[in-house]
Amino acid sequence: MDSTYYNPADLAKFGNITEWQPEMGNKFFAYYAEVFKDGALTEREKALIALAVAHAVQCPYCIDAYTTDSLQKGADEAQMMEAVHVAAAIKGGAALVHSVQMMNKAKELSM
Amino acid sequence: MKSLQARHAPLSDTGYQLTVLTEAEAAGARLPAFGQKLREAGLLPLRPTALQTMQINVGRMCNQVCKHCHVDAGPDRKEIMTRETMQQCLDALAQTDIAVVDLTGGAPEMNPDFRWLVEQISALGRRTIVRCNLTIIVANKKYYDLPEFFARHNVMVVSSLPHFSAGRTDAQRGEGVFEKSIRALKMLNAVGYGQPDSDLTLDLVYNPSGAFLPGSQASLEREFKQRLGREFGIVFNNLLTITNLPVSRFLEYLLESGNYEKYMQQLVDAYNPTAAANVMCRSTLSVGWDGQLYDCDFNQQLDLLVSGTAPKHIRDFDAGLLQDRNIVINQHCYGCTAGAGSSCGGATT
Repeated sequence: MDSTYYNPADLAKFGNITEWQPEMGNKFFAYYAEVFKDGALTEREKALIALAVAHAVQCPYCIDAYTTDSLQKGADEAQMMEAVHVAAAIKGGAALVHSVQMMNKAKELSM
Repeated sequence: MKSLQARHAPLSDTGYQLTVLTEAEAAGARLPAFGQKLREAGLLPLRPTALQTMQINVGRMCNQVCKHCHVDAGPDRKEIMTRETMQQCLDALAQTDIAVVDLTGGAPEMNPDFRWLVEQISALGRRTIVRCNLTIIVANKKYYDLPEFFARHNVMVVSSLPHFSAGRTDAQRGEGVFEKSIRALKMLNAVGYGQPDSDLTLDLVYNPSGAFLPGSQASLEREFKQRLGREFGIVFNNLLTITNLPVSRFLEYLLESGNYEKYMQQLVDAYNPTAAANVMCRSTLSVGWDGQLYDCDFNQQLDLLVSGTAPKHIRDFDAGLLQDRNIVINQHCYGCTAGAGSSCGGATT
């Protein structure tokens, strides 16, 4: 097998992180489960947010996991792609908004 | 798309399906036997509880060819129940206090004796459930009055609508099915089905349109009610989430899409012993189009007859012998015990 940093089979082993630090790991997973329950936001809305964030942080495990989860929670293709566009807009906007700083600096240095 | 049978596909042989199921592997290892899981839960042999539902499959003929159909139904399937066999079902029913008769298919309404059967069930004072695919109501003018007919007999209508978007519904059930389903739902609503002040029950069935498990039934019901209400003015009572079992055309889809091993592993990983105790085969008798008896509609489509000394045909119905049987299980049963559980009545936990 090719050696890569990411192995899809590792996603299923996520829970194993508790082996080396049970207390923190268990608290994390309990918190994680609580976060994704139906609340002020629906489970579907939370799955779509997670999907968008997964793209923003470019985590392949999370993209696999939250594509599946979004489908399970009843999202369709259009909703999932719009969620990714939200991530893209924020990532792109975050780059572009810094151009104001660039403009300020350029103006400061220019005649 | 044609049925597996019409295409002479290898999976039209139920023996081959069982071989594929039994030999399922994930990551190079054989999956644990379902019976082993039941043994660990103290449920082996799996035994019936009180018989509550007679589910009658009145035929494999259907106006749709859904990709996930475990019956391999379609317009090219000609097997339908005769009135003589229906009468044998009614005779058996009269010997029992079974309260609910669940009519399924195919499209059960396509059986020419369908309405007669519903009338006879009503005459016996039992409740009928019809598993209506919705599009049959608008398929031909001879079916346009089905909503009124159902209402007259207080038939509980249970209809598949896998998504509130046309794309995901049509991907599973065929081009144009969503639009026709919406028209049919409006006709059912118009005669009182699903309305808040009505006793006419309209439940929708959600099956995932792909190789994944259903999400929370309560959460999906809220989403469906909101979307169907807002966009189409449609109301209904309950959403029932049903897991797709790896049988027949859904098994074909899993194999052809390369999802089979992962899907089986998902079902095994999501095994829930509470759901195992609540499986519907414990309280159901399934009757095939030819009168043969099974533990459930999935076993029926895999030709797995009831076991032991239990009568194999409805004409020989014997409640005592049936109650004394061991339920036949195989690897497909993982589909009913995954997550919140799955049955014709939705989640089981």
